[in-house]
Amino acid sequence: MSESHGVGKRTTLHDAIAALVHDGDTIVIEGFTHLICFAAGHEIIRQRRRDLTLCRLTPDLIYDQMIAAGCARKLVFSWAGNPGAGSLHAFRRAVEGAVDGAGTGPRIEIEEYSHFGMVARLCAGAAGLPFWPLRDFAGTDLPKANPRIASVTCPYTGERLATVPALNPDVTIIHAQRADAEGNTQIWGLLGVQREAALAARRVIVVVEELVDAAVIRADPNRTVLPGFAVDAVVVEPWGAHPSYAQGYYDRDNAFYIGWEAISRDPRRLEEYLETYVYGVADRAGYLAAQPALAERLTAEPRICAGVNYGY
Amino acid sequence: MMAVAAARELRDGDVVFVGIGLPNLACNLARATHAPRLVLIYESGAIGAAPERLPVSIGDPALVTGSLMVCGMADVFQYLLQNGRIGVGFLGAAQVDRFGNINTTVIGPYDRPTVRLPGSGGAAEIATHARRTLVMATLSRRAFPESVDFVTSPGHSYHGQSRRALGLPGAGPVAIITDRGILEPDAATGELELTRLYPGVAASDVARAIAWPLRIRDPLREVTPPSLAELAILRSRFNSPNSSSERQSA
Repeated sequence: MSESHGVGKRTTLHDAIAALVHDGDTIVIEGFTHLICFAAGHEIIRQRRRDLTLCRLTPDLIYDQMIAAGCARKLVFSWAGNPGAGSLHAFRRAVEGAVDGAGTGPRIEIEEYSHFGMVARLCAGAAGLPFWPLRDFAGTDLPKANPRIASVTCPYTGERLATVPALNPDVTIIHAQRADAEGNTQIWGLLGVQREAALAARRVIVVVEELVDAAVIRADPNRTVLPGFAVDAVVVEPWGAHPSYAQGYYDRDNAFYIGWEAISRDPRRLEEYLETYVYGVADRAGYLAAQPALAERLTAEPRICAGVNYGY
Repeated sequence: MMAVAAARELRDGDVVFVGIGLPNLACNLARATHAPRLVLIYESGAIGAAPERLPVSIGDPALVTGSLMVCGMADVFQYLLQNGRIGVGFLGAAQVDRFGNINTTVIGPYDRPTVRLPGSGGAAEIATHARRTLVMATLSRRAFPESVDFVTSPGHSYHGQSRRALGLPGAGPVAIITDRGILEPDAATGELELTRLYPGVAASDVARAIAWPLRIRDPLREVTPPSLAELAILRSRFNSPNSSSERQSA
């Protein structure tokens, strides 16, 4: 088979962001703890995109950094903490308190759901429907805080169900273990809402640990989460999810997540971090060169699965 | 003690939606003692997880390795949780009120909060759908106000409406496991009352740390102290992540 030997949709992260992410866009960089594409977030910061509506279930450190860098106009989310470690302080400075932003960084608008609410928004977006029904939010203040959480009466049972509007991002960026040059993408480990987020989007960038021949994809098609025809750009960026992780490639950098608490608490230290590890490097290779010990500390140990027989 | 008390609330064979921190410890302790058939489900999509290290987050890679199934989050929330297949849900809380309503969203007004907390995550739907919900929270008058600043997850009464009137399928918070004792809802009113004390704690110690006039159930029971076996498991079984021995088998 020679179908994978062309350049296909391969490009650099710089060129993919330059071509596909514009000021004012609604963007999703998904990945639930697993496969969060920090490389793409950093490139967006470096290219100084502005007025973005950033959507993610868990804004995580990546959106904390993008908020601090002034990329965000608005955040759409369902859980804004530093998982297992503390707070997202740039986010908190942008929404908390009486001080009107003076000297504390940019302020942002928020639109808040629960995880199920965000998942349902992406399901509607991916299914091409205007909204998604769910049994949720009764007896909570979330619909008061967010008037886009509405309700509908079921035509069959008369039950009142909550609804959330479809989320159709201008751009979704997902990280994955591997894809071929056409963007046929395979993920294992936690799947999050990567598939729904990509299929809901107008433009899709897939960033992978490894580019593989189409024959590798075809040998194990049940592991494919996204067909190439739904993908606009394929970028190869090993360790592109650090300090998040890629199952089978490298572990989550929990020390970095814990350390972020002190960095993000202090706007000056956060700025220094961005200067050193984002603005101060040209690309992901530069970021990795600045941290030579990562591989030794975080490379995954092998836990190989045997595979299955696809014969007939 | 909180982890031990929580572990004992779990029954063998329960399908449990686990959170980070103490619930993780409690579930893994229960699995190692009286409930070996406990099924651990994480909202991240790991089903039947058997982590070989204490997970730092609900998306830890150790939850995948050796689990029974991994599915997307749309499957977890719709086909497992909303469809009534989860027996027990664990929740943490910044604030819990008299009727077990939980706040993890804001302290102060929503538009200009004094403290912005993380928000719901999966908590609103867990408190809605899990057949029973266990809440873990440390006692203080700020953490246990008469009414919460924001209802993130439903308890037993919302502006006078019961769970049944609201159409909430699960039983809601059936036990609030604190650092000094356990609160449970009154069957008729849903009001939380003190039902069990930890050894060496007086009921007045609990009442002082709660902002509403606390009712005390008669008879008030005492929780059995942790056994040596429970303590030994808690102290030795799990290594901290990213440590030199992080992948040592449990």
